[in-house]
Amino acid sequence: MNAMEAMLNTEDDALLDVQHLTMRFGGLTAIDDLSFTARRREITSIIGPNGAGKTTVFNCLTGFYKPTVGCLLLKHPQKGDYFLERMEGFRIAQVGDVGRTFQNIRLFPKMTVLENLIIAQHNRLMKASCFALAGLFGLPRYREAEKAAVDKARFWLDRVGLIPRADWEAGNLPYGDQRRLEIARAMCIDPCLLCLDEPAAGLNPRESLDLNELLLSIRDEQGIGILLIEHDMSVVMGISDHIVVLDHGRKISDGDPEFVRNDPTVIRAYLGEEEGDDDHA
Amino acid sequence: MSESTNPIRAARSPLKTIVIDACLTAFVVLILAIPFIGLKSDSVGTSLQLVTRWPLMFAVIGAMVAGRVLLNLWRMRPSAAPSAKGGKGVGATLSAWGGSHIKMIGVVAFVAAVALPFMPFSNRYVVDIATTFLIYVMLGWGLNIVVGLAGLLDLGYVAFYAVGAYTYALIATQLGWSFWLCLPLAGLFAAMFGIMLGFPVLRLRGDYLAIVTLGFGEIIRIVLTNWVDFTKGPDGISGIPRPSFFGAVFSRSAPEGVTTFADLFGIAYSSQHRVIFLYFLILALAGVTNLFTLRMRRLPTGRAWEALREDEIACRSLGINPTNVKLSAFALGAMFAGFAGAFFSTRQGFVSPESFTFIESAIILAIVVLGGMGSQTGVVLAVFALVILPEWFREFEQYRMFLFGAAMVLIMVLKPTGVMGHREPTIRLHPPGKPGEQPEVVQ
Repeated sequence: MNAMEAMLNTEDDALLDVQHLTMRFGGLTAIDDLSFTARRREITSIIGPNGAGKTTVFNCLTGFYKPTVGCLLLKHPQKGDYFLERMEGFRIAQVGDVGRTFQNIRLFPKMTVLENLIIAQHNRLMKASCFALAGLFGLPRYREAEKAAVDKARFWLDRVGLIPRADWEAGNLPYGDQRRLEIARAMCIDPCLLCLDEPAAGLNPRESLDLNELLLSIRDEQGIGILLIEHDMSVVMGISDHIVVLDHGRKISDGDPEFVRNDPTVIRAYLGEEEGDDDHA
Repeated sequence: MSESTNPIRAARSPLKTIVIDACLTAFVVLILAIPFIGLKSDSVGTSLQLVTRWPLMFAVIGAMVAGRVLLNLWRMRPSAAPSAKGGKGVGATLSAWGGSHIKMIGVVAFVAAVALPFMPFSNRYVVDIATTFLIYVMLGWGLNIVVGLAGLLDLGYVAFYAVGAYTYALIATQLGWSFWLCLPLAGLFAAMFGIMLGFPVLRLRGDYLAIVTLGFGEIIRIVLTNWVDFTKGPDGISGIPRPSFFGAVFSRSAPEGVTTFADLFGIAYSSQHRVIFLYFLILALAGVTNLFTLRMRRLPTGRAWEALREDEIACRSLGINPTNVKLSAFALGAMFAGFAGAFFSTRQGFVSPESFTFIESAIILAIVVLGGMGSQTGVVLAVFALVILPEWFREFEQYRMFLFGAAMVLIMVLKPTGVMGHREPTIRLHPPGKPGEQPEVVQ
């Protein structure tokens, strides 16, 4: 009975179930039969050498690519189950509440920091404005919704320390601020799963430490799952609860940081194989 | 512009720079001036003769070189060094001032527009020009939604203007419906055509979108020209009914059961009344367009338009449906062109495909781009430069297009982002003058 309960609990905690995901571009197999599970209140990192297919996993997950084979089951804690591979790109964020950031930051550079965060709440505001009608006539219903949106934006601006710069054009922010703004923007859609593509790239050690704290606090306070692609091992090993290692599109290791750190296959993938030298000959 | 800031050029001695620049100028002007000024064909009796005007040509070249030298000297004056971007600074200050006083400027402009027909100097000609001005302003504001806000380059905007104009012309002449009934219909029809154009081009951006919209504009014009049974082809539709003032017609005498405008107000009949009425009609229509766009910018739909212009992929990652955003921009932009088209056809009383050529689309697009994409005030200024100045300089005849070109070049050199390139945020956390770091103006 106890074992049963424990199993049910872990079942409940599973947020994303990736099963046999395969993505081929013509003859190139970018992801080959990848299966893993990401849980709520956990930071799951996907690591691997360059070209291992990490970003491709994200692009399949957020609807930018349609996977060749496999299924991506999102177990939304409030809304039920969704098969992400069957949903159109924008619906995954709109209905599935999957937020993401990009490897090369994609903000709305000519718009202000605050506007960036308000746009992230588009769908809620759209409903409140009755598709612009209530908004056009300035009905109180829309004004309240906008006020709530600004409050949410203010909350996240405060978290990433951008309140004083809220009225800057996003494109004029320093690089580190832009990275954090992108995370804040993704959080404004109230995600149940947050996918971060190399959030620490280009940050100095101090900013990188702040980022770790931010991600840990998001995990603990919001109770959401975080999926992280990262090259910076101090970030990965410091905050991950669970690591999936990819190499040439295949999963070569899966477990907690301690396990992955000592896994010989991982060391071989990163540092090269002594006996394998005849491959290059 | 960049010579003075270019480190390689700056390292050269100033004299050398000026001499090289002068030689280059002389060379370029020489090449242009030989065919334009140096040679002239003259008819002597029945034969055509080539006349040469070398002294005049060299005088022009001399003037150009002298002007260039003076310009360089002025640029290299000692006090110019720290404020190398002097021209831009002035522009930035101006548009920033315009941005912060925008409401006041708008109210003053509106009051001036209302008072215009009653000014002592205004006559039929002035009011007519002002009406043309407002038509272009309205078209510019409409296209601003598509190009300026949503960032979808549309080279066939005049097609929607044509749809609106023909909708009113056909319904009014065939079915006899009144202008006030046809006006919303014209907008609706144009919006439908906007969506029709929008669907196939959903996946296109930039140059590709421009080409398809250009083709769409031509398709509409060619259909109007060739579908003779329906549109009377190149002959156009004439005898389009004029609008009435709540049923009161603008004529000296009215048929049975209809009052004239003059009788309604007990004033003497004047042919001026209709002109002024049309002027106020387009003023109201343009005003509605402006208020609508300004309001829309602060609503989720409008913000999504701007977000789409900035980054479509980021939009999708935030759960914004790009299809809806693009179609709404196309439809609403087209709708205002449809209103303007209906107004155009009731004002002229005659429409033909001639009025809806590509050059019209190009002018409207130039208005939006020169005005500063997305800026409502900029559109007004650009219409002034591109439509009103050529009209005023009608006396200069052959120099009209020259001035038109010069205005374009000047704007592009002095303010590459348009006259009013400054974007005003739709919402602020810290009102200006309150705590919080104020954004630095980077132009």
